[in-house]
Amino acid sequence: MPAAPKVIVVGGGLAGLAAVIKIAEHGGHVDLFSIVPVKRSHSVCAQGGINAAKNLKGEGDSPWKHFDDTIYGGDFLANQPPVKEMCEAAPGIIDLLDRMGVTFNRTPEGLLDFRRFGGTLYNRTAFAGATTGQQLLYALDEQVRRHEAEGRVKKFEHWEFLSAVLDEEKTCRGICAMDLRTMEVRTFPADVVIICTGGIGAIFGKSTNSVVCTGSAQSVLYQQGCYYANGEFIQVHPTSIPGEDKLRLMSESARGEGGRVWVPKQPGDKRNALSIPANERWYFLEEWYPKYGNLVPRDVATRAIHKVVYEYHLGIDGQPMVYLDLTHIDRAILDKKLEGILEIYEKFVGDDPREVPMKIFPGMHYTMGGLWVDFKQRTNIPGIMAAGECEYQYHGANRLGANSLVSCIWGGFVSGLEAVNYAKGLKTRYESVSSTVYEAEKKRQEDTNARLMSSDGAENPFRIWREMGEIMTKDCTVIRYNKNIREADAKLVQLLERYRHINLSDRTMWANTTIAFARQLYNMLQLARVVAQGAAARDESRGAHYKPDFPDRDDKNWLKTTKASFAPDADEPKFEFEPVDISLIPPRPRRYDMAT
Amino acid sequence: MADKTIQLKIKRQPNPEVAAYWEDFELPWRPNMNVISVLMELAMLAKTKDGKPTTPITYDSNCLEEVCGSCAMLINGKAHMACSALIDDLEQPIKLEPLSKFPIVRDLAVDRKVLFENLKRVKAWIPIDGTYDLGPGPRQSEAQQNEEYPYSRCISCTCCMEVCPQFNEDTGFVGAATIAQVLLFNLNPTGQMQAPERLRALMGDGGIHECGYAQNCVEICPKDIPLTKAIATVGRAVVGQAVKDLFTT
Repeated sequence: MPAAPKVIVVGGGLAGLAAVIKIAEHGGHVDLFSIVPVKRSHSVCAQGGINAAKNLKGEGDSPWKHFDDTIYGGDFLANQPPVKEMCEAAPGIIDLLDRMGVTFNRTPEGLLDFRRFGGTLYNRTAFAGATTGQQLLYALDEQVRRHEAEGRVKKFEHWEFLSAVLDEEKTCRGICAMDLRTMEVRTFPADVVIICTGGIGAIFGKSTNSVVCTGSAQSVLYQQGCYYANGEFIQVHPTSIPGEDKLRLMSESARGEGGRVWVPKQPGDKRNALSIPANERWYFLEEWYPKYGNLVPRDVATRAIHKVVYEYHLGIDGQPMVYLDLTHIDRAILDKKLEGILEIYEKFVGDDPREVPMKIFPGMHYTMGGLWVDFKQRTNIPGIMAAGECEYQYHGANRLGANSLVSCIWGGFVSGLEAVNYAKGLKTRYESVSSTVYEAEKKRQEDTNARLMSSDGAENPFRIWREMGEIMTKDCTVIRYNKNIREADAKLVQLLERYRHINLSDRTMWANTTIAFARQLYNMLQLARVVAQGAAARDESRGAHYKPDFPDRDDKNWLKTTKASFAPDADEPKFEFEPVDISLIPPRPRRYDMAT
Repeated sequence: MADKTIQLKIKRQPNPEVAAYWEDFELPWRPNMNVISVLMELAMLAKTKDGKPTTPITYDSNCLEEVCGSCAMLINGKAHMACSALIDDLEQPIKLEPLSKFPIVRDLAVDRKVLFENLKRVKAWIPIDGTYDLGPGPRQSEAQQNEEYPYSRCISCTCCMEVCPQFNEDTGFVGAATIAQVLLFNLNPTGQMQAPERLRALMGDGGIHECGYAQNCVEICPKDIPLTKAIATVGRAVVGQAVKDLFTT
């Protein structure tokens, strides 16, 4: 009997853990790699909930309506068949999480409670207080710990993925990784590798993402020959709390539970928020979008806030901030359904949002684009798959709130099953691959480390990172002009040039976080150019991608997926485009200000 | 105001083999800073207060929203998450040290895998039959969800273990966080079926009897988890299970 399939999963958030569970269940063996202990992955930050059309509120909801909302919310850029499958699977995923012990909120009858989220008119979002991502990640973490205790999974925590090991035929045969404590570089053979490394927030400097969300792994794979798709689609969440170290998310569930966004009608009004009477407040989302109100999709809400602040100059006290107001809602309900996020605001800002309206502003939040995959989560390099936020498949041009958790788990499940099938169908297993393949990749990575360690220029990697973040946030997020994007890309080239003259302030070989960061920084710079150039190329407005000079969606020319591949000679991306599968729902105009 | 600064004393230890020492740092004050944003600035600065070049400080962090549990350290002698420690609330010079009960990795980073091992010991999971579709889980009342939910918010920061006088090499005590997870799974209608196994895992060396009721855990917990209530409830159940086992074996 052949040996069990050997799979490497990189990343231990929801997608990675979901993949691990499926593989272990189907007789495979997994090596699981993560920079942080998997229980500390970024999925813990998801707050509001997870979508599934279980129709427990008698509203006539259905998986088809979930599918339609997702496609429409994504402005028809997603290939439709895999999205339909995900929406059909979602109710079963909720049941499974319920069986795993997730402490979902309940109705008086003991059933799961559901609330409304953006971009839908149905109560479709199951939730566990306002810490749903944390609860879901823990449920999967516990199942993986069980498989680990029973010997089917081996964890490599505090290890960083450096590259894929590719054989002569450009088939993936394992990975090269670095122990972040001993700094040892090692290769790990496997039949197939699943990448589940999340979003790319760090490219924008400050975002709602966690520290590890650099996109470094995706960028490495793009530089090794994987396509990177729809890189220009970056979600800016309308409601985040600006901070010195990061932008903290204020969940859409705050509006799902009745939170209202407003500004004083009087520019520069200095009065305390609560003393401003109702008729002197402008509830601009409710006025502009009467049907969806405060629950328009995120790209729409974000642009509206930008307009109010930068065109009407109505930000609170002249600052780039608007109110998100919960003070009209009963305290007991707030505590029961939103406690986790209210606590974040209280702890980090110092005000009690039950008593005073919160001050919020849009912040970079989610990466719709990512590694290109087919409907089975396979990238274009045989033996490399991807699932979760690091791939591009489910959210088109804009993700709906509470769809990320379901896409992570679903994508993880699909990839896990397919990985086992792929391994079983392999003619040559990794055992028969020549050791020189592994040695060559290890040497390549060790040489990179040696180069960085001995480089003695004057450039500080943390400063280059800060500058990149400022450029990307300014020119490649909410409002995009071709001239500015081109300038941003030219600045990225300058930063890459400066990177050659980097100086590491730490050259020790034990738990050296500076060299790990320097490696990530290079990969972030390369991937930032994919985002910028993709945005420059797409002369239309669709979902989160908005160009005032091209304000309309242009299906004739741009209903297509952007695919970037790395051109090593030019050291920059080259682009091609592929048609979108619209076989199930014909595209229609996306108008949240009127019924369609 | 332009001259206002932040003063820090940070305990440095390049690796577990060498002795620790202190370094002083100074940087300009800005509004709304937390300990993490200061550590980020210091990485860019890489200089001590006297202008001497030094290495960036190694520390664990990830979400910066007090949910991932990474950045626990001693801040002015008290176990705290670095992300939610606001500079303006702290007395200066601000003293940063690694947690003292766990093996040091470097500077402010320690190795806390003992907690994850403890979770294995008590089987802190629901042993589901499989991930195939078996329909919904058991119905639960709102009251039951309310009781379980606080325990499911544990972020594995290990602050409760750091401050526990009984958590040390002599006792091998599992600590409050693990006991609270036993309660969480034993409260769950499905998890209840394996309650005896989890309770037995808390008998013997390092088990629940090691708790000395100092109550430091419940005071330090950043998530306000009712840890002493969990210990009392589980403690009674462990005794009950022991008596039952005595008469059935």
